[in-house]
Amino acid sequence: MSANDGPAGDALRDPSFLADLRRDLLRFAELQLRDQAAAEDAVQETLAAALSGQDRFSGQAALKTWVFAILKNKIVDTLRRRQRTATITSLVPDDDEQEDDFAVLFNPGRHWNPADRPQHWGDPEATFAQQQFWVVFEVCLTRLPENTARVFMMREFLGLETPDICLELALTTSHCHVILHRARMGLRLCLEQRWFTPENPIC
Amino acid sequence: MLTCQQATRLLSEAQDRKLRLKEQWPLKLHLLICSGCDHFRQQMDFLRQACRRYSVAPPNAGDAE
Repeated sequence: MSANDGPAGDALRDPSFLADLRRDLLRFAELQLRDQAAAEDAVQETLAAALSGQDRFSGQAALKTWVFAILKNKIVDTLRRRQRTATITSLVPDDDEQEDDFAVLFNPGRHWNPADRPQHWGDPEATFAQQQFWVVFEVCLTRLPENTARVFMMREFLGLETPDICLELALTTSHCHVILHRARMGLRLCLEQRWFTPENPIC
Repeated sequence: MLTCQQATRLLSEAQDRKLRLKEQWPLKLHLLICSGCDHFRQQMDFLRQACRRYSVAPPNAGDAE
């Protein structure tokens, strides 16, 4: 790791570090905004803010964390702006919000089918340490329906509280909970099938 | 007696709100006897940790660590 103690602006002038960072920021923003132009704007504003920052960082990891915190604020701003100008149709959750999308996993008594019973995933740290896991994680996030993913990422990535999200999106609390539940059901099923079940190779 | 479908719904909601006592006890009881739902509970924690990790700074090839 190259030591780059100094203002953020200095560290961000390392071209290869900046290129990698920009790519990561863009992917993170695109995942949540699902709009390339809006994602580019958010990243651009983030880097501009970071470059003018006088905060000092010891090492690139700390700097990256700080830049991502700026990006998250930009994404929240973008979502809020979008919400104000959104037409009512874009607030309508994905197709029909049927709670029993995942009903096939359960038997008529509403207990797990033996084949669909959730597995033990082992030590999370061991999984997180694997580069390839994060590729699968992104694939699974991308496969969630758009509005489901948006609510989930507002909750889990941007750290907004559920009542704030409901308010923001003009959803009832119970509807919000249904959407978040569906997101988690979808994500865990995708990870179980694509990562934790060895006989199912990824992609 | 809680069904697995009801238990999973509660386990997910527990990530977003504090469960009421009258929800907590049937759930605890269910988890004692249902390994599938207990794994599901652990998976919910896993997802939260993964999201934390990912959103602080996505771990990938660009990392200098």
